[in-house]
Amino acid sequence: METVLALLTGFMYAAGIYLVLRRSLVKLIVGLIILGNGSNLLIFLLGGITRGNPPVIGENETMLTGLYADPLPQALILTAIVISFGLQAFAMVLLQREYVQGGVEDFDSIKEEEEAL
Amino acid sequence: MTTLILKTAATYLMPLILLFSVFMLLRGHYLPGGGFIGGLIASIALVVYGYANRIDRIKQFIRFHPGILIPLGVSFSAMAAILPLFFNQPLMTGLWLSGSYPIIGNIGTALLFDIGVYFVVVGATLTVIFSIAEENMKN
Amino acid sequence: MTDNLLILPVIIQLVIAVVSLFFWSRTSYQRISSIIGNVIFLAVSFILFFHVKENGIMVSQGGDWQAPFGITFVLDLFSASMLVITGLSGLAVSIFTAGSMSRRRALFVFFPIYHFLLLGISGSFIAGDLFNLYVWFELIIIASFGLITLGGGRRQLEGALKYVTLNLVASTLFLTSIAFVYGLTGSLNLADLAVKIPEVENQDLVSIAALLFFVGLGIKTAVFPMYFWLPASYHTPMSAISAIFGGLLTKVGVYALIRVFSLFFLPDSFAGTVISAIAALTLIMGAMGAFIQKDVRKVFSWLIVCHIGFMIAGLGIFSTVALAGAVFYLFHDIIIKTNIFMVSGLLYRINGAHTFKFIGGLYEHYPKLSFLIAIPLFSLIGIPPLSGFWPKILLIEGGIQGFDYFIVGAILLGSFVTLVTIGKLWITAVWSEQKSVNYVKHFIHFTQLSKIQRFAYVFPIALLSVVSLFFGFGAFWMLDIANRIAEELMNPDLYIQSILQTQ
Repeated sequence: METVLALLTGFMYAAGIYLVLRRSLVKLIVGLIILGNGSNLLIFLLGGITRGNPPVIGENETMLTGLYADPLPQALILTAIVISFGLQAFAMVLLQREYVQGGVEDFDSIKEEEEAL
Repeated sequence: MTTLILKTAATYLMPLILLFSVFMLLRGHYLPGGGFIGGLIASIALVVYGYANRIDRIKQFIRFHPGILIPLGVSFSAMAAILPLFFNQPLMTGLWLSGSYPIIGNIGTALLFDIGVYFVVVGATLTVIFSIAEENMKN
Repeated sequence: MTDNLLILPVIIQLVIAVVSLFFWSRTSYQRISSIIGNVIFLAVSFILFFHVKENGIMVSQGGDWQAPFGITFVLDLFSASMLVITGLSGLAVSIFTAGSMSRRRALFVFFPIYHFLLLGISGSFIAGDLFNLYVWFELIIIASFGLITLGGGRRQLEGALKYVTLNLVASTLFLTSIAFVYGLTGSLNLADLAVKIPEVENQDLVSIAALLFFVGLGIKTAVFPMYFWLPASYHTPMSAISAIFGGLLTKVGVYALIRVFSLFFLPDSFAGTVISAIAALTLIMGAMGAFIQKDVRKVFSWLIVCHIGFMIAGLGIFSTVALAGAVFYLFHDIIIKTNIFMVSGLLYRINGAHTFKFIGGLYEHYPKLSFLIAIPLFSLIGIPPLSGFWPKILLIEGGIQGFDYFIVGAILLGSFVTLVTIGKLWITAVWSEQKSVNYVKHFIHFTQLSKIQRFAYVFPIALLSVVSLFFGFGAFWMLDIANRIAEELMNPDLYIQSILQTQ
């Protein structure tokens, strides 16, 4: 399981970075999304995958016993997902407005108009 | 989109879904649910109603700009975080009232936080949908 | 005073943001609440600063969960002084915007977003947890995305596109580094990491995490190979927004770098050399970029890049003296960069243009104003009694003590090119004759503004100039603070003990 996830994470990072380096605006945003998901998967993977009990202390006990799952990675991932959702939504709106105003979908045609010096 | 079946159904569905969203909000502390999910369900209720009729009907229904729900919700959630400071506790410490109620369970700052999240989600979702719908109408 | 109150600055910013969201369409209320709120923020920061200075580190465990498990908020002398400096810059920009921003633009929710930005900045100073730091950073970049696109002209969108993309990639790298750290140690608390990281067996992975962290924050901080987005975007928004960006955004990155690299990613001799080399290259490239620009705001943008090098150099040399220099330079730089972007706004209001070709005649028409802007500009160069001089002395001293002559050379070169660039700017803007300009449509000249608006243009510049003068002439006091901070950074035992409550 770890090996599969590690390979998948690596693949997602590679794909994301490849897409970010392309010239197209749409590929850029898709790349950013894949990159973000890749890093969430990485947290999940590095948080340790255990097939344990939920980390809840029983009624008659004072501490956790046996094999229990780490509750933190999912909290981290949830936070990261919500944040990246907001950022990506913003980036999409920005790209859409850039496309509407500039009318191009290619980074090479977006050049800064230098003011006449 | 405005078919008679959907229109009739939406009129009855909306209050039901809204009620369900409040139920989801209240049970959220120990069981699946909570402010985020409740807020999404509430906005689904309003959006279904809007699509069945016209999008301006939601505006007539709620009578105020949904954007105002965002600061309201943020201040509720912030209140939940700040309240413990007045009792000389660190930020975000959970304060609980004694006694337990059906569905809600114990009442505490966590509920206040969830209500804040509920408002923010409803406000943000409706604001986004309104602005997209208005842009589409212009085109 | 209980330690839990260290959260107050963050709460104040949150309250102002919410209040100004409520007054969605009444911009005059927003302006007033912004100014009053920032005055309170500054006052509270000062109280906290003096409290920390007298009584030592304040720690608050969020949700009453004890240290390595909960979210920890810490206020030590470093973060307390950063809060004060943030308050000063924030107040100045508040006043500047309240006067300078026309109603049409302010209606695009400037003030709420601005206060969410300050919320994120002050939050990242009190964060005692790596993931918490990440969340505050995301809050900062979401707010800064909102600000940089405000108004939404074509040029602005293009600037924003570069800014947004690079920042998103940087955040991902930062998150990747956090994932590595968590996987290696099972903890994210800064103090706990300082204990656990040296015990990790696989130190190579720690180096990789440190590298990812450096690259992620390095993009946000604009150090050598990753700085191109900054000069491409910072000159596009309004001057007030550039001021807060130039003053605070990159510096929060520097703060986080100094904090983390002094606590657990301790630079060994190789990493120190790499960081020093990057700092030197940042200095040289930034200086060269600034040298050839012919636009006031582009010059200042490149100078931001250049001067980031000074602080990173302090981190690279990594001795008490050098860190004291870096910290002192950080304080000086926040104030001065905020100030010079406001100066660029003032110059625009007077000349109607940003390019060297069209500006001039300041001394001829406004002799008093030209004396005023002399203070920030000359402090930026670091002419002796002014504020830029002392931290550079410390950095050079640290470089010589550490036999890092390359970095000393780069620092001298960076300072020299700053001198030449600012000299050129000074001659063009102040001493040369006024040029005839075709003003853009609806341009409101400085003389056409009301008295209050003119006051709002000049007063913040004067306020920050006074602060700069204090840094320069009160250098003894400032050096004392900077030295104490540097010693605390070099010996973090006290910091760790107060968070983990171990004896």
